[in-house]
Amino acid sequence: MSRPVPHRPLLTIRDAVAADIDAVVRLDRIDTGLAKPAYWGDIFARYVQAPRPERAFLIAEGCGEIIGFIVGEIRAWEFGSPPSGWVFAIHVAPDRRELGVGTRLLDDICARFRAAGANTVRTMVLRRDTLNLSFFRSQGLTAGPYIELERGLE
Amino acid sequence: MRLQKSSLYGLYAVLELAACPERRLSTAEIAETYGISTHHLAKVMRTLVRAGLVLSVLGPGGGYRFAGNAARVTLMDVIRLFEPMGSEIEPFDDETAAATGVGQALRGVRDEIDELAQATLSSITLKSLLKIARRQAQSVTGATAANPA
Repeated sequence: MSRPVPHRPLLTIRDAVAADIDAVVRLDRIDTGLAKPAYWGDIFARYVQAPRPERAFLIAEGCGEIIGFIVGEIRAWEFGSPPSGWVFAIHVAPDRRELGVGTRLLDDICARFRAAGANTVRTMVLRRDTLNLSFFRSQGLTAGPYIELERGLE
Repeated sequence: MRLQKSSLYGLYAVLELAACPERRLSTAEIAETYGISTHHLAKVMRTLVRAGLVLSVLGPGGGYRFAGNAARVTLMDVIRLFEPMGSEIEPFDDETAAATGVGQALRGVRDEIDELAQATLSSITLKSLLKIARRQAQSVTGATAANPA
């Protein structure tokens, strides 16, 4: 039997608390195929247990269940850029997608960034990750002024 | 990546129809809106019908209407109907040059550009593009209203 589809008014966006870590690890694992409890433990220590106005770790809750999250911060940036909001993780449970959960999470974190003085928001997505690329495009993000470069270290 | 005329015409037609999925438009009406050749567009429309992106409605008041999912169909889905992609892209003309270090390095640069172009076109759905188009139309209208001269 399929689960009832949550309606948008039931969606709550709130700050993450320490008890959310298991759900966050689980949602991340669904998308990436990797369980990274140590990584998320470190993120929780910095973004949840030692919060700062320029950092945000938000949880989307529907019908009492954690169905998504977003993490970001305002970074000073290098190469002469003014500080900008930086989103480095967003996940929505696969069966709760296309219900506006990601949009609410992004809208709320952008509101935090704006309130903290940022005028732009950035992110970095794998070139072949059409799911996330299409999501950010649908939210009005376009290619920014930076190009990511890398090389292998032999 | 340089788009062929057919790709652009295909995008014009699909986007025009997807903007209002219930509306039926003739080839002539779409061609007039974009100032393009009706004859060339008619060929493009046949390809779009075969791909299932638009539906040909026969009879009085007939024409074409959008038949896809605007939130799912990307610009690349339309373009790949008219352009060679990936391994179909023609290699450098001169095999001797292509085998040299310079030739291979240049091929790497070209591949990088192509990958970026394809990632961009694959990430923009018709719905997202129409949202941008509406915003730009509003800003043009706003600017015109502010500067009526």
